[in-house]
Amino acid sequence: MINGYRRIGALALAATLVAAACSSAGASPTPTPAPTATPTPAAMTDTPAASTASTSTASTPTPAATPQCVSGSITTSGSTALQPLIDAAGKQYVKECPGATITVNGGGSGTGLSQVAQGAVQIGESDVKAETKLPAADAAKLVDHVIAKQGWIMVTNKDVTGVTNLTTQKATDIWTGKITNWKDVGGPDMPIVLIFRPQSSGTRATFKSVVLHGATEATGGQTLTEDSNGAVTTAVTKTNGSTSVIGFAYYNDPSNKPLLNGLQLDGVDATLANMTAGTYKLSADGNLYTLGTPAPGSLTDAFLAYLMGPEVQGTIIPSLSYAPVVPVK
Amino acid sequence: MARLIAADRPSTLKVETGRLARIDVPMIVVFMAAASMIAIVVLLLLFISWQGIQLFVKDGYSPGTILSPTWDPLANTPAFGLLPFIAGTLVVTAGALLISTPLSVGLAAFLSEVAPNWARSVVQPALEIFVGIPSVVWGWLGLTTLVPFLSDTFSGPLVVSLPVVGKVFSMPGFLTGFSWLAGSLVLSVMILPTITSVSYDSFRAVPQELRTGSLALGTTRWQTIRHILIPAALPGILTAVVLGMTRAAGEALAVQMVIGNSPTLPAAITQPVTTLTSQITLDMGNTVFGEPWQDALWTMSLVLLVLSIASVVLVRLINKRRMPL
Amino acid sequence: MTANHSPASLHRRTSRAIVADRAATIVLWGTAAFVLLLLGTIILHFALAAWGVVSLGFIFGDPSDTALGGVFPVFWNSIYMLALTMLIAVPVGILGGIYMSEYARETGPLGLVTSAIRFAEEAISSVPSIVVGLFGLILFVDTFRWGFTALGGAFALTLFNLPLMTRLSEQALRAVPQDERQASLALGATKWQTIRHVVLPLAIPGLVTGVILTAGRVFGEAAVLLFTAGIGTPVHYDFANFNGFGLDFNSGWWHTSPWSPLRPATTLSVYIWKLNSEGLGAFKNQLADGSAAILIGMVLIFNLGARAVGRVLTRKLTAA
Repeated sequence: MINGYRRIGALALAATLVAAACSSAGASPTPTPAPTATPTPAAMTDTPAASTASTSTASTPTPAATPQCVSGSITTSGSTALQPLIDAAGKQYVKECPGATITVNGGGSGTGLSQVAQGAVQIGESDVKAETKLPAADAAKLVDHVIAKQGWIMVTNKDVTGVTNLTTQKATDIWTGKITNWKDVGGPDMPIVLIFRPQSSGTRATFKSVVLHGATEATGGQTLTEDSNGAVTTAVTKTNGSTSVIGFAYYNDPSNKPLLNGLQLDGVDATLANMTAGTYKLSADGNLYTLGTPAPGSLTDAFLAYLMGPEVQGTIIPSLSYAPVVPVK
Repeated sequence: MARLIAADRPSTLKVETGRLARIDVPMIVVFMAAASMIAIVVLLLLFISWQGIQLFVKDGYSPGTILSPTWDPLANTPAFGLLPFIAGTLVVTAGALLISTPLSVGLAAFLSEVAPNWARSVVQPALEIFVGIPSVVWGWLGLTTLVPFLSDTFSGPLVVSLPVVGKVFSMPGFLTGFSWLAGSLVLSVMILPTITSVSYDSFRAVPQELRTGSLALGTTRWQTIRHILIPAALPGILTAVVLGMTRAAGEALAVQMVIGNSPTLPAAITQPVTTLTSQITLDMGNTVFGEPWQDALWTMSLVLLVLSIASVVLVRLINKRRMPL
Repeated sequence: MTANHSPASLHRRTSRAIVADRAATIVLWGTAAFVLLLLGTIILHFALAAWGVVSLGFIFGDPSDTALGGVFPVFWNSIYMLALTMLIAVPVGILGGIYMSEYARETGPLGLVTSAIRFAEEAISSVPSIVVGLFGLILFVDTFRWGFTALGGAFALTLFNLPLMTRLSEQALRAVPQDERQASLALGATKWQTIRHVVLPLAIPGLVTGVILTAGRVFGEAAVLLFTAGIGTPVHYDFANFNGFGLDFNSGWWHTSPWSPLRPATTLSVYIWKLNSEGLGAFKNQLADGSAAILIGMVLIFNLGARAVGRVLTRKLTAA
């Protein structure tokens, strides 16, 4: 008898596993709705991007749309801002080259740089240049591949009406705490709530150098710090009179855009076209780092080439609200 | 008796089964399994301490930095004062304990002294479900319901005035719901089951004679609870509070989602604060291994580790002093 | 103690005590009602939020960029991570529990070891989960160069939950009456035979309850996994993928197959965290609410399951 009960105990665990396994086995043969690596039409709200995309495609020498296929396995980690792009490109590459495996992790720019410098991953994604984070000796071992430009936009809560543009000077006054009420910049009589990204984030570093020219930001009182684009967006939509800076992809997201006011910087619209043209300043390179130059014929090399190719530069990048770059190297 | 027999039996077997049997294999295996926990603690202490002291050893900051109020990692000479985070952790935890302790001890007293069986059989499973709700879910709930509720309901400064004296107390209102109070409220719910169940156990451990003796003297049930049971169960209740405190101070994700993470000293319960855990989650991924900034984060985790081990020692001290009843 | 002993004052004080007693009773009942109400509201909140979101298609479907899609990959990872963790934690925990219940001495030099183990048990239980996550980061991810893997996550979860599993096992074993052991020993069984054939089977209801309660905690943990198992975007899992399966740990199978322990694994609770921090798309809030509802549902199942299984096993065992 007793033996029987012990078996029941073991079965309880086993049954859970088997049940899970069965359901999955049942799910796998069915034609799955393709894990869309293809660009989503929803993200194509930034219309000027289309023109940029076509110029970029034209300048790309590779005529063939199919990537050079190398089998093998690589892992990337790093910037969460670049993650959607690497995700989509990786999925598409693997779809066309079934022998390859590309594992994409987040973790943050610092994690990406640390891990690629240690050799723990093949590609490290970073919003900022390696030299600003790593010791010079480590940074020198890394090779930078700029695959896209990413842009950020200043946003406010919907209740901040009448403010559509901020000059660099006004923005600096706001973020350094000199201006604390929206009425001083043409808005309603309402205190300004600043929502920062962490000091270590690439977004904040870029904003601080491009817009604030290195000025020290306001602290304490009614300033918040939120972890990430998503958390910042949620905080802005839920907090009266708040303002922050988010990536284009998050602003253009259909679930966010109706809840936010996007601001011009120095009278320039935050669009991919303006960013590529160089008139919209709040942008930075999207860097992929490798430890040394990747060996020719390796999957890392092939994937980087694919990222520079027409499929990624022409289609995937603009669809995800990044701007393509003219192929480097 | 049992022990004697158990000791005798293997010694007779040894003769029959030879030399190898002298090594009690099962005992070694189970001992290793149990002792693995000592190994884990030692490894934890070694690794976290080693990383945690790099800020002082490698980067040359004085250990006094831990108590400096200035956190400015981007300054020309970066400052890594941990006081804002330690203070934030302490005040958010204290707030949570203030809210949760009366509720939990009351609930424990209810379960132990007042509740009929049916009520106990409803409340106890409910508490177990409370324990099981993951912290991200608490954070998500706090972010989507509590934070907007606080900012919508209590906007505007809180001013308490008396007719003659004038303003006696004032506090800025919630400009945002992200605040010390939001963190304390979320934590208070999360630690409620811990404090309740440990307090409940210590109420149950009070001998029945004390209750009957007290009631026989003509006291009411409430008088018995207040004057007999709570004092008798006090070490257990203190243990419960310390355990709740440890859990609250170590909670990361739920807190980070609702407190606003402003790296300055806490000012008012309506204002954003920061904690050790939340700063670690904010900066860990964005800093690189080996830079002083990340070393400071490791120092924060060392502080957390030391606090938690200190709380275990504290619990032991409290229980050692428990009066024999 | 300058009490006034006149009958009138005594009566007044008694009646005041009775009023206080009534008031306290009401307050205590109120506390319990408040806590139940709170829990009810929370469950109702997620039930409402999950209404129209959570379905079998949601739980067992693949994620989608254009529609709500499903959360099956992360749900699978939660189950997988749970199984992997329990595979390590249950045997080690039960063996440790056996030592603590059957072998541990409270006195002498071995008594010191016992109290060191107990101290370690309490210490690990009180270490914040984020510190355990960082420990996993430095040990498994960095030192061992594994990167973010399910295995690293499972090890970190194991060492975090081992004390709980050990303590619950010890309690379950200690609850077995001493008579049973003596009877077995008297029949000539060795100590290990007694444990194996008498004590362990009798402790099964308690052990199962312990396993399920530990499982509940493992299932919802996120902070430990953020730093050890990685945060990825859920992708379609190909369960028929045995391409590259073998001892070459660099082959693709080990990094992508849903069966492999050496791939990153984003679980349900980490997914909620990810949706909050990096969520994109029109459905991100529904996905988070739906995932939270699944987690709470699983917690309910674990808890009620632990009680039910414990009850059934106890009844059958005592009837036998």
